[in-house]
Amino acid sequence: MKTAAQTVLPGKTRAQDVVLSVRDLAVDIRTYRGTVRAVNGVDFEARAGETLALLGESGCGKSMTAKALAGIMDPVCDLAGGEIVLNGTDLAALTPKERLKFAGPELGIVFQDALTALNPVYTVGTQLGEAFRIHQGLSAREAKVQAIELMKRVGIPEPESRVNSYPHQFSGGMRQRILIAMAVALNPRLLIADEPTTALDVTVQAQIMQLLRKLREEGQMAVVLITHDLAVVAEEADSVAVMYAGNVVESGPVSQVFSDPRHPYTKGLLESVPVHVERGAHLKSIAGSPPELHDIPSGCVYQSRCPLVQEICRAERPRLLPVNGSATNNHSETLPPRPGRAAACHFSEELNNA
Amino acid sequence: MLIYLRKRIISSALPLAVVIVGVFALARMTGNPASLYLPLNATQQMRDDFTARNGLDQPLLVQMADYFGGVLKLDFGQSLRTGQDAAAMALRAFPATLQLAATTMVLAVVLALLVGCWAALKPNGVADRISSFISMAAASIPDFWLAIVGIWVFAITLGWLPTSGVSGAGAWVLPIATLLLRPFGVLVQIVRGSMVSALSEPYIKLARSRGAGELRVVTHHALRNAAAPALTVAGDLTVGLVNGAVVVETIFGWPGIGKLMIDSILQRDFAVLQAAVLLTAVAIFALNILIDMGYALLDARVRPVTAKA
Amino acid sequence: MKTSLNEPAAPDQVAAAGQPQSVKEQPVRDKKDGNLNLLRLLLKDRFATVSALLLMVIGLTALIGPALMGDLATKQNLLFANKAPFSLAYGWEYFLGSDSLGRSMLARLVVASRTTFSVALPAVAVALVIGSLWGVWAGYHRGWRENVSMRIADVIMSFPSLLLAVVVLYVFSPSAGNIVLILALTRIPIYLRTARAESAELQSRTFVDAARTFGARPNAIIGRHVIPVVLPTLLTLATLEFCYVMLAESSLSFLGIGIQPPDVSWGLMVSQGRQYLQTAWWLSIFPGVAIVLTTIAANVLAAWLRIATDPAQRWRLALPRKRLIARIPVKEAKP
Repeated sequence: MKTAAQTVLPGKTRAQDVVLSVRDLAVDIRTYRGTVRAVNGVDFEARAGETLALLGESGCGKSMTAKALAGIMDPVCDLAGGEIVLNGTDLAALTPKERLKFAGPELGIVFQDALTALNPVYTVGTQLGEAFRIHQGLSAREAKVQAIELMKRVGIPEPESRVNSYPHQFSGGMRQRILIAMAVALNPRLLIADEPTTALDVTVQAQIMQLLRKLREEGQMAVVLITHDLAVVAEEADSVAVMYAGNVVESGPVSQVFSDPRHPYTKGLLESVPVHVERGAHLKSIAGSPPELHDIPSGCVYQSRCPLVQEICRAERPRLLPVNGSATNNHSETLPPRPGRAAACHFSEELNNA
Repeated sequence: MLIYLRKRIISSALPLAVVIVGVFALARMTGNPASLYLPLNATQQMRDDFTARNGLDQPLLVQMADYFGGVLKLDFGQSLRTGQDAAAMALRAFPATLQLAATTMVLAVVLALLVGCWAALKPNGVADRISSFISMAAASIPDFWLAIVGIWVFAITLGWLPTSGVSGAGAWVLPIATLLLRPFGVLVQIVRGSMVSALSEPYIKLARSRGAGELRVVTHHALRNAAAPALTVAGDLTVGLVNGAVVVETIFGWPGIGKLMIDSILQRDFAVLQAAVLLTAVAIFALNILIDMGYALLDARVRPVTAKA
Repeated sequence: MKTSLNEPAAPDQVAAAGQPQSVKEQPVRDKKDGNLNLLRLLLKDRFATVSALLLMVIGLTALIGPALMGDLATKQNLLFANKAPFSLAYGWEYFLGSDSLGRSMLARLVVASRTTFSVALPAVAVALVIGSLWGVWAGYHRGWRENVSMRIADVIMSFPSLLLAVVVLYVFSPSAGNIVLILALTRIPIYLRTARAESAELQSRTFVDAARTFGARPNAIIGRHVIPVVLPTLLTLATLEFCYVMLAESSLSFLGIGIQPPDVSWGLMVSQGRQYLQTAWWLSIFPGVAIVLTTIAANVLAAWLRIATDPAQRWRLALPRKRLIARIPVKEAKP
């Protein structure tokens, strides 16, 4: 099944189409102590055939962002503002019912824990075929044929017999493949992968990432990869948005962000990776822990852990502003605006000298 | 499936056996029926004759052996009260109770599924509040009192329904309404609770992310998962229905097995009591097997691995 | 949802998080805060608050009422026989009417409340203690202990409890003590099953394994690691069971094999009033209302308790006031 996405020129020689554009997204959680803002003014873009990584510690709002994109937030969470523009349609402005039309054909999501994400009482074939039954009105028999096709596509051996098995009869890696198959069933333009490999062991992780890459290239999908794993970001993603306490603190192409971080948090994260450490030397880490959602300070969200904190950081929250591509290059002024680098730090320009 | 079934039957048969023995032992402890059936001025000779004729002078173990031998031949002896065959009496009373219980359970399950789903769709919404309060009230009202209120309002004050008896459709309304109360109240809570937790499972989110609408999510994905706990509870409720039947049949003069049991106990009519209890126990036993089978059909995880995994 | 709802630390405190005293302070504050939270949560739920108050009033009545009104309840006054309720013409004591012997309904209800409570509470307590300990023990050790225990529970559960009570109470005399014992016996399996399931799950958890590797003995582990975790569930269950036991006692008394005259319980009062249903409806209806009010209150409280003691469900209690909750002003820097 070839989609319109295939007409886009392959390769990365030119700017890819923007599939998803998130502007100023905010999500509130109602708790019995009052309402807290878990995601606050998040901006990013995902392009066809590319992977955007949302990177951050647990609790920073990256999973919440993913659920907001897919429209499957918990009932205590509210979309508090912003736009989620997918192929020209603002999903945030749609009613839940209108949104169902997009769930599947336009947008798929892969969860972290495949065992709980699959319904234990139905065969995988039934669950894989459901999208076809809902959106294309296929019969149960036709949907099963499609399900077998899907299982082949994601590399599950003996799909003809395994299609009638139940989720608990599969291994963790196979379940994750089934989950991915479900997400890509209708060749969506956008695939959200919420920590798809966290629950798997390392060898299987690599296979799953490889599968995602293959599917992305086949379908020219835009992939939003949510992860806390710097290595995965470095290997798989084209661009990255670093999140901290519900905010995007830095974004840009992975190679540039990782080689030349412009936010002290990104810098701290990168320095905490033990790459060239002498035996016996202390590993670096970021002191302290992220603020509670009830208690996010009014200035910069990172002020309590930042080594460069100044008066202005406590008084005023820095906005996510473009920074020039690479200060280490001599021709930095001439870098094209896309893909833009941006950081939310009052001292982003000074950072590489610090 | 057959292996699974055989295992379940064996494990359910133990309670059945214990119940039979237990009832036998307890019934024998209620005292000598001779003092109940013979005139007050009966001589010791008459008492001994009566005891010997009914085999009550044998050691307890011999009595029990006789009893088990009888059970295998479906021979429970004769009623001390009426002289009729005890098994026949129990079998004759059984349909009346079965009709009552079956109607009640079907109504309870259907109503509980409807109301429970409705409440689960909007947790803490108005529907949920109202229905959980109603079901809570239902689980809090003593059945005998509800029966009396029903009689007071509909039979005495309004005169719409008969106070007791089995004649006409009207006679069914109050007994069923009374009997319905508890299973409905319990089941609706179970359905609601398991629907709420099923609806918050990740696989429901995933179904939504596939574009499944609200109705499909409820009927296809959540209900089947929620049905399993409701089914297990339905087994316990059927046992409880016997409790309700005793009260309801006593109040409304319903000629069922509950009334028969109470009457037999009060009259120390061992044979009938044993026949009635054994019949009830077998019915509960059969029902539990049916429920286990239904459970295995609903949820593949409890099924033993038959195909290659 | 991984939102941590702990004590919010002041901004400057976060900056000074490395300092020892603020770290030490934290657990103490949290605990106190937890209790306060439970009370605050209770007050937020109108139904639960009313139920708790009602149960307290009924409990107090059962405790001190009979001492004040005991004489009144047995005082016969044929002049005031079968008086209809809701009239103060014959004095406050006949506000709820009188029976055929001219005894005050109000006073009889108060006296009966003590009998009802003095059967239900001990029965629940006995079943709770025995069933829970047994279940936790069986679930912790697994194996044959578990199997035997579960089979016993199955046997008791598969026998209609009312019938068992009827048979046993007919063998032994239907005294209050025997009723307590038989009700406790029939309800032990409920706690046994619940405690076993929870304990069997807990004993495979890492923190129990950790305790085992330290050489802690099974009973110590059960006492220190299993029971505290299982306890909230079991206490909630006990609240629910209180209703069941109360209803069961009423049913037995109603059938004539529970509390015996001249003692009086609510169930017995319904039964005694039944023959006067045509002429004096209040004799049967009022005791029933008393039963219903008490059980509903306990049920509402149990339902609330179940949610409030479950950290994964607690957020539901915050849900209903979607619009009413005062929104914590979100500190944000709008670009």
